[in-house]
Amino acid sequence: MLNKTINFMRWRKPFYVIALVFCIASVVSLVVKGLNFSLDFTGGAQVELSYSEPVDLGSIRQTLQGVGWGDAIVQNFGSTSDVIIRLASEDPDVGNQIAELMRAENADQQVTVKRVEFIGPQVGEELRDQGGMGLLLALGGILLYVAMRFQLKFSSAAVVALLHDAIFTLGILSFFGVPFDLTVLAALLAGVGYSLNDTIVVFDRVRENLRLMRNADLAEVINVSTTQTLARTLATSFSTILVLLSLLLVGGESLQGFAITLVVGVIIGTYSSIYVANGLLMTQNLTREDLIPKQLEEVDDRP
Amino acid sequence: MLNRYPLWKYLLIVAVLALGFLYATPNLYPDDPAIQISGISSTQTIEQSDLQRIERALNDAGIATKGIELSSNAGSGLVRLVERDDQLPAQDIVRRTLGNQFVVAQNLAPTTPDWLLNIGAGPMKLGLDLAGGVHFLLEVDMDKAIEARMNVYDSELRSLFRTERVRYRSLPKQGNVLQFGFTESDQLNAAQRLIASKYNEFQITTTRRDNVDVLRLALTDAKQSEIRNYAVSQNLTTVRNRVNELGVAEPLVQRQGANRIIVELPGVQDTAEAKRILGKTANLEFRLAAEPNAPQATKESFEFRDGMGRPPADVERSIILTGDQVTDAQSSFDENGSPQVNIRLDGHGGELMSRATRNNVGRGMAVLFIEQREVPNTVMQEVDGVMQEVSVPSFVEEKSIISLATIQSTLGNQFRITGLGSPAEASELALLLRAGGLAAPMYFAEERTIGPSLGAENISNGIAATQLGLVLAMIFMVVVYRGFGFLASIALTFNLVLLLAVMSLLGATLTLPGIAGIVLTLGMAIDANVLIFARIREELASGASAQRAIHEGFDKAFSAILDSNLTTLLVGAILFAMASGPIKGFAVTLSLGIMTSLFSAILVTRALINLTLGGRTGKTLSKIWL
Repeated sequence: MLNKTINFMRWRKPFYVIALVFCIASVVSLVVKGLNFSLDFTGGAQVELSYSEPVDLGSIRQTLQGVGWGDAIVQNFGSTSDVIIRLASEDPDVGNQIAELMRAENADQQVTVKRVEFIGPQVGEELRDQGGMGLLLALGGILLYVAMRFQLKFSSAAVVALLHDAIFTLGILSFFGVPFDLTVLAALLAGVGYSLNDTIVVFDRVRENLRLMRNADLAEVINVSTTQTLARTLATSFSTILVLLSLLLVGGESLQGFAITLVVGVIIGTYSSIYVANGLLMTQNLTREDLIPKQLEEVDDRP
Repeated sequence: MLNRYPLWKYLLIVAVLALGFLYATPNLYPDDPAIQISGISSTQTIEQSDLQRIERALNDAGIATKGIELSSNAGSGLVRLVERDDQLPAQDIVRRTLGNQFVVAQNLAPTTPDWLLNIGAGPMKLGLDLAGGVHFLLEVDMDKAIEARMNVYDSELRSLFRTERVRYRSLPKQGNVLQFGFTESDQLNAAQRLIASKYNEFQITTTRRDNVDVLRLALTDAKQSEIRNYAVSQNLTTVRNRVNELGVAEPLVQRQGANRIIVELPGVQDTAEAKRILGKTANLEFRLAAEPNAPQATKESFEFRDGMGRPPADVERSIILTGDQVTDAQSSFDENGSPQVNIRLDGHGGELMSRATRNNVGRGMAVLFIEQREVPNTVMQEVDGVMQEVSVPSFVEEKSIISLATIQSTLGNQFRITGLGSPAEASELALLLRAGGLAAPMYFAEERTIGPSLGAENISNGIAATQLGLVLAMIFMVVVYRGFGFLASIALTFNLVLLLAVMSLLGATLTLPGIAGIVLTLGMAIDANVLIFARIREELASGASAQRAIHEGFDKAFSAILDSNLTTLLVGAILFAMASGPIKGFAVTLSLGIMTSLFSAILVTRALINLTLGGRTGKTLSKIWL
């Protein structure tokens, strides 16, 4: 056991305020700015082109304007010679037409069509509903699982903490305009799962210490448990962030949103499992009696 | 106390790791770019002589080949190339050499050695985002399926009433409700009895309008959902046939949800061609040719599909059966050596056909080809409370005659069309009959094309990220947990090998998010070791002996490890259930990675620690170790 116990719970209330402020700010950003939904969710057409030399976006826009696709979004993607063109359209062929046009317009340099996508409006809408459904399902499943393995107070604390993680992560994605596609949604869910890992490891210790430290009050038990697991929490978060950085650095453009979302998710998950989840155990006034069935077993075990 | 595993545990671990390495090896052999050749129909097979012709042609063009072989599944051939850039020109050359009786497709051929293939090992399948190719999501228009079936019922009932001499009055259909008028009540009763004896799929109601009894027939809900189901599965079969006509190597055609079909064509770049063939929403109708003196109201006139200067022909309005009842059509030659098409119908179709032809031997029967062309159409609709223009796909039907032949005898569920101009005409007709059987029109709900360069880029990025992730994780472990960290790093490498082996064995598809999942599990797999080592340190700090601390550390960390991994598995399962395509790949690698990491982080690390330290009797653990 480490000698020095950090008094985490002393800062519980200020951190509540911080968490609350972040969540409100996130909701505001989500309402005002919204998420930068990518093609997966909005529907439409998208073309990814790779030019042999850097290319002027303005001239591409002009070309598109000339044929009546003036509302297309033209952006660089990764480098100045890679271009993404997005267009809200319900015609499955428009992507291929744009690709053909761009190839014809730039006869002097090589244009490689890397990707053409079309997603019907209905599919996009369904994916959006499915994504929200998935998040709710995940939270519901977790609530049940933790309630079964631990106890309802643990479980509600965990779910509120995860809800906080999801809202805060979404808020950051919204604020920085990170393109929100299917892989980001997967990362969001994985991040929720990851944060839950952290929370459960701490909870596991709290449960154990509640039985061992018979004379300590809840705040002390939580402080001791959190201190004991702190080394592990930090080590795991750090190693996960390390591998995510390798994805971010060399994994290519397509996985950037995924990596960013998970890095954010891991950082938020780490602090929320310490403050939000544990703090909520305090707020709900968890007592030894809440774990009584388990305690009886322990007494019976003794000779 | 000492930390030792019984011998069988070591042997088990060694055996699992050896198998892991064995089944992961096929992934080390890179695929050959290849050209795959197969006959358009099953009668067309590739012979050794064809392969020799191809070899000569490719040599003349200066394209290097690694080998030309007959495939194990009868009648197709495989040309292995050296350079990937040669694929396109080689495809052209092979196509020109063999003529249009063969399907020539680009392919990637695995180079797994025979001894590995013999034990069932093979490389992982690559998803479209890694292999390049086209992904389509087709949506089946269910309402059209019901409407089409109602039309068949309509003509069936009319002919039934006529043959049973029930006097009825034609009334227009109301939506999907058939209406028949009766002026005399005994005729109404006769019609009701007749329908009740032959059909059980109708909800029958009667009303009275303008002194006429109106019999209204609507399909029961059960029958409607049966028709919907049938429409999707029939379209699925048709799409599968059409994809086969495209000759793509290892295509995927799969039903998704109630009314969608996924088509994935790896290696295909020419989407226009693929879409033309997949998207031609065609159907067939078999109808009797109209008698010359038939009243105008009962006949329609149609052009011939191939033009060829034939005048339009008159056919009856009533439909004998539709193309979804055609189960097979093959072109061949009759006794006299002239081309013919053999047609096979399903049971119901055969019955309808024999009923229609019994009394009509000597008359003509036309096969109508119906193409549904999609035309953009906008309507004003309220969206989120605002009126705006919304485009809805609408269809125009183009009908033409593809065959008009004389009925020689009563036809059953197997018959043939003879008197065709040429073998080419016969095979074209057979193709149209075969591929034409769409039960309902479809439109493209989603389309994704991934170029081969992006696929290759994604693979190399993925490999680089995995390598860097592995190295970073190993360095981290060694820095923080020293000797134990080093042992855990070895276990982590085993974990990666095991994961690849399991993926290969299960035939799971690797996608780009799947690779992200692998990299993520590398980071998360460490967690179990971190939990254990942190616990061992705590035990040491509270004064336990080295061996006791190791034992307690593994023991006490177990419940936390199990709980945290089970919850991640839960998330993986949810992702797997709700996602499709690439994201499913992420769920797969994440879930499998967690399972293999439990094995490697707990059992393998423990075995390594037991082997190196388990026998020491010293009280303390040197700083080099932890």
